[in-house]
Amino acid sequence: MRELALHILDIAENSISAGAGKIRIYIAENLQDDLLKIVIEDDGKGMDADTLANITDPFITSRTTRKVGLGIPFFKAAAEACDGTFNIQSTPGKGTTVSATFVHSHIDRMPLGDITSTLMTLIIGSPEVHWIFEYQNGDHIFIFDDEPIKNTLGEIPLSEPSVMKFIRAMINEGLQEARDPERVEHQILTQS
Amino acid sequence: MPTVKSLDDLKKIREEALRKQQLKETSGKSEVIVGMGTVGIAAGARETLKAILDKIESDNLSDIIVRQTGNIGLDSFEPIVQVLLPGQEKVTYGKVNPEMARRIIDEHVVGGKVVTDYQIES
Repeated sequence: MRELALHILDIAENSISAGAGKIRIYIAENLQDDLLKIVIEDDGKGMDADTLANITDPFITSRTTRKVGLGIPFFKAAAEACDGTFNIQSTPGKGTTVSATFVHSHIDRMPLGDITSTLMTLIIGSPEVHWIFEYQNGDHIFIFDDEPIKNTLGEIPLSEPSVMKFIRAMINEGLQEARDPERVEHQILTQS
Repeated sequence: MPTVKSLDDLKKIREEALRKQQLKETSGKSEVIVGMGTVGIAAGARETLKAILDKIESDNLSDIIVRQTGNIGLDSFEPIVQVLLPGQEKVTYGKVNPEMARRIIDEHVVGGKVVTDYQIES
């Protein structure tokens, strides 16, 4: 995988498999500290200490024994390849939090990639999950919460063409505003 | 931050979608499922799903539910797309790139004809 956005998608899939009702994805770019941080937090079924201890080992994470979690060693390796850190915390019955940091300017750091496509895949493809996405660039933060959208839509599915267009525009504009706040001056469609 | 404007826009979208729904007879919803396990993602499943969403948007196709799922269990055929039309058996397609995905939407989901070229046994 050549994009961090694909790793995020993969980790979030684990959260869905863990039966999470609510999943929060947080990305922070801090150029001052030369740091990129990614957090994926869920309220799924969690893991016991043994599973957790083994989960970052690609040789134990064999697909014949356990399908979920295959991508975690990849994500860890991606972080460590650019002098970053990787952390996973889990409590059975409470949920799991995966976080990784990357040295932003490191030559081996993958680009963030297509965040919008990753989010569209998750939001449209797993509508039963309550998705929260936060993107922070220095002091500027964009928060996307899909619950008000679903409440407003009622029985209309998220895959309705005009709805998808609306959600994509909302994410793109929010990201753009947080990334380049001086250029985008008009009122942005964000949830608080 | 104010949320009123955006949700008002969405309410209009909802009204419009409801109106559209009332105009046609309901034949049930079609379902398109894309495998999004680690192997699928590495093989390009996100781009395949994106092509499906873009196709639905550009052709303004209603009543199609797009879902993603974890590992379908056919790693060597990823990306995998499954189509489930109302009252019909599930059809599984393998190694589906964006172009193939668009053809599957056109011919199978909209046209009702299975694209046997891409079909695999599941």
